[in-house]
Amino acid sequence: MIDAPDLSLAALAPLLFVFGAACIGVLVEAFAPREVRHPVQVAVALVGTGGGLAATIVYAATHEWGGGAGSVTAAGALAVDRAGLFLQATVAGLAVLAVLLFAERSLDPARSAFVASAAVPAGSPRDRDQLTATRVQTEVYPLALFAVGGMMLFVTANDLLIMFVALEVLSLPLYLISGLARRRRLLSQEAAVKYFLLGAFASAFFLYGLALVYGATGSVRLGEIRQSLAANDGDVLVVLGLALLVVGLLFKASVAPFHSWTPDVYQGAPTPVTAFMAACTKVAAFGAILRLLYVGFGTEEWTWRPLVYGVAIVSMVVGAVLGLTQTDLKRMLAYSSIAHAGFLLTGVLGLGADGEGSGLAATMFYLLTYGLTTIGAFAVLTLVRDGDGEAGHLSQWAGLASRSPLTAAVMGLFLLALAGIPLTAGFTGKFAVFRAAIEQGAWPLVLVAVLASAVAAFFYLRVIVLMYFSPPAADGPTVGVPGVPTTVVLAVTATATLALGILPGAVLDLAEQAARFVG
Amino acid sequence: MSDFPFLVTMIAVPAVGAAVVAALPKGRELLARQLSLGVSLVVLVLAVLAAVAFDTGGERFQLTTSVAWIPDFGVEFALGVDGIALVMLLLVGLLVPLVIGASWEDGPGGTPEERPVRFFFAWLLLLEAMMVGVFAATDVFLFYVFFEAMLVPMYFLIGRFGGPRRQYAAVKFFLYSLVGGLVMLAAVIGLYVVSASELGEGTFAFDALRQLEIDPGVQKLLFLGFFVAFAIKAPLVPLHTWLPDSAAEVPIGGAVLLVGVLDKVGTFGFLRYCLPLFPDASRAFAPLVLVLAVVGVLYAALLAMGQSDMKRLVAYTSISHFGFIALGIFAFTTEAASGAVLYMVNHGIATGLLFLVVGMLIARGGSRQIGDYGGVAAQAPKLAAVFLVAGLASLALPGTNSFVSEFLVLLGSFPERLVYAILATVGIILAALYILLMYQRTMHGPARGVVAPAEGAGSPPGGTADGAGATAVLTAPARTAVRFHDLSVREIAVVAPLVVLIIVLGVQPQLLLDIIEPAVVATLDDLGATR
Repeated sequence: MIDAPDLSLAALAPLLFVFGAACIGVLVEAFAPREVRHPVQVAVALVGTGGGLAATIVYAATHEWGGGAGSVTAAGALAVDRAGLFLQATVAGLAVLAVLLFAERSLDPARSAFVASAAVPAGSPRDRDQLTATRVQTEVYPLALFAVGGMMLFVTANDLLIMFVALEVLSLPLYLISGLARRRRLLSQEAAVKYFLLGAFASAFFLYGLALVYGATGSVRLGEIRQSLAANDGDVLVVLGLALLVVGLLFKASVAPFHSWTPDVYQGAPTPVTAFMAACTKVAAFGAILRLLYVGFGTEEWTWRPLVYGVAIVSMVVGAVLGLTQTDLKRMLAYSSIAHAGFLLTGVLGLGADGEGSGLAATMFYLLTYGLTTIGAFAVLTLVRDGDGEAGHLSQWAGLASRSPLTAAVMGLFLLALAGIPLTAGFTGKFAVFRAAIEQGAWPLVLVAVLASAVAAFFYLRVIVLMYFSPPAADGPTVGVPGVPTTVVLAVTATATLALGILPGAVLDLAEQAARFVG
Repeated sequence: MSDFPFLVTMIAVPAVGAAVVAALPKGRELLARQLSLGVSLVVLVLAVLAAVAFDTGGERFQLTTSVAWIPDFGVEFALGVDGIALVMLLLVGLLVPLVIGASWEDGPGGTPEERPVRFFFAWLLLLEAMMVGVFAATDVFLFYVFFEAMLVPMYFLIGRFGGPRRQYAAVKFFLYSLVGGLVMLAAVIGLYVVSASELGEGTFAFDALRQLEIDPGVQKLLFLGFFVAFAIKAPLVPLHTWLPDSAAEVPIGGAVLLVGVLDKVGTFGFLRYCLPLFPDASRAFAPLVLVLAVVGVLYAALLAMGQSDMKRLVAYTSISHFGFIALGIFAFTTEAASGAVLYMVNHGIATGLLFLVVGMLIARGGSRQIGDYGGVAAQAPKLAAVFLVAGLASLALPGTNSFVSEFLVLLGSFPERLVYAILATVGIILAALYILLMYQRTMHGPARGVVAPAEGAGSPPGGTADGAGATAVLTAPARTAVRFHDLSVREIAVVAPLVVLIIVLGVQPQLLLDIIEPAVVATLDDLGATR
């Protein structure tokens, strides 16, 4: 007789919603006629992600904020707590925006950012036909939904095995959709292969680490690992195991020195997918890092701080310095993402030895602001085009402000936010993580961080210089008129970037309340 | 009367005005100018009324407003002014309308698409809002926000509307200030954490922070964080190199505000934050700062003499003057510090006027090179007269406003810091040299360079007999010489208030000193409280 595991369907509702929508998407792909497939898939994806967001909020409001103290469910495999719900809602909310970007059809003459048939060899005559055909590809929506589901599972995984499963569920669709760009297809396919190979490596690291930790502590549950560590500390197997686990996660979070895939994949993947990865994957990966380190290894006897400290410095410096040399905007934003991963790790360090500290709230707030701003920035990138697709080279952006003042102004706002200028969301986030780190005495790290911010500011400024202070090139790119989806994304992200800079109180408060793990 | 939220209004009015001006449709340039001028005059009136409502014998901080802003960080939107901040607000209120008047016709050059006039004025107004905020903030976080956000309007003023090397200058300006600001950010957070451990709950309120007893070692680190930001802003040698570039490239209106007001945030910061918050560290680092100050006075004066570009020359004179101000602040005597604050105002007036006149000269001749000018006084006597007044005020001739402040600084420094004061005095002599040389070369002598000779005079157009002319030819070849017309009514209206103030404040400095002194005494009390 096998006891049925305890399952709280209410707590699982957000996940069920997203995965359910993904399955329906697969069925739609199989059975719906081609003409209606695109609108139906978009609707399913929006309902799936939006419903996931709504379900998270409803559950959070009725259970966690309604007097609950977090629950561990599914036989201990899932920890649905406040932090988990905040991160789930962040992932789902950002995913709604990303899906809207996927659904944009009025920018590319080929009616979509995705290749109609990925199996057609790049450069062949059939491939050229595809560029003008009206056929669009819709598999990307269910794939993205599976990835979103994986991410939402990732941030609530209370068990290293579930964490690994979630990692794979979120990664595999991402590998695939990175390779689906409509234009510059070889670059896109190369990106997908690179991402897959390196990602598989990282997964192997994670798995190896899992095995070592299991060997040392006799459990894969985060809570039990913690107890076992409290009882007998300093086992070399645990050190190795934790290091390998963290490597696997840092890879997903594109933290240097595990970042080498990031620029290539960000550049090669279709821009909406890049936006999706930059925002949602980052949130999910950091959610898992926070849970692993805070719940599993956050004991007084044991510290992972030197490791994170060092990696944070490397990531900030690598991101900021290599970002300087980039001439492609997507690559530049990729290095920016690496630098921001370092800032996020600065926030991760804001956990006191007593388990107190504002690090968790600060990091979660930063993830939200960074996600919103970065989706917005990539959305602007999809607007500026030449005959060959998006005009990603820096020089093509010269004089954009005189051609399209509004586009330049919105991009300028996002860049200032990424640079962390006050009155934008980026500043509030930076302030929060720096404060969390200084409270724990990590001021040398913050000093490195502010200097890295200054270096990074240079390449954000360079784009503003080009847009505003340079004369427009004679045969410059055109600025496409965005359809409703992209317009909505730009409006939401720009408003949020300003609002979280000027009046962040309510959201900071929410993050503060949400900063609680169970398990 | 004093219940009226002057400070909030003084921030809100130009900020909203900026948004309205920016939103005007293309082709309404005149309306944009009129609206901007109107808004800036409203701010001036508010500043004057605020000064009237300010009670010089009352509380240290008056006209206070405080609203919780970001409760999670303990941040309040807290405004209030002491005497020092008040005179700076008056200076802001005074200079902005004049700057708008000065930019009325020549404004930003280039095509309307590349340099839309309405954005120029919108950025100016936004800058005014930020400047008011930075002086009025009594919450350190709020101060930091304004301090950094202020960069953005100035960055666009330089980069979008500036001279040929504007891109370089704009980025250099932004990065220098940003690095300083970010280091200060780390110190601001550090201060917050210290307050959290001492008071139980973190705060950014200035009044609470200045009562902290901070460990001297920590004080030194925090002091350096603030000091670097302010020393870049002020700027002190050796962190000054951005200023001549920025001041030379930014349109003249921006240059007046950059040197006249923005840089004062640095010296204001020394007085408001470095001294009261970190008294032990201030005393420990005072010799270092004094050395930098005196080196700045002399070195920048020497560099000023070597400049052939008028805007750069004025920028270097300012760096030299900032050395005096820093000397006055770190001499730690009431006379010297009062003199320094008065100097901050007077320098804004005198250098502001000098920049405006130089701008008028450049608008006529189209060149920034001293060697391109000569004999202007014969054709434009009023222009020359105002130039002379501005120049004499800059070199602190007795009877002009700057004399009082420079004298007070030196008088206050002598008993405590004899050697530094004596060395700084040499700076006065150098000041006479660089100002008078510039005046003499451009205003007197035969018409030359871009100044067309009067009919019947024998000198050939563009004739450059001396050495300065030769370098000018290298940098600005083949300019057409023009007859210089004298000041227009608009230009007279712009310079007249400053000329009057130079004389009035030269004779009656007590007007401002009465406001300044209580605040200075309170600041030095903070400094001595833990002595």
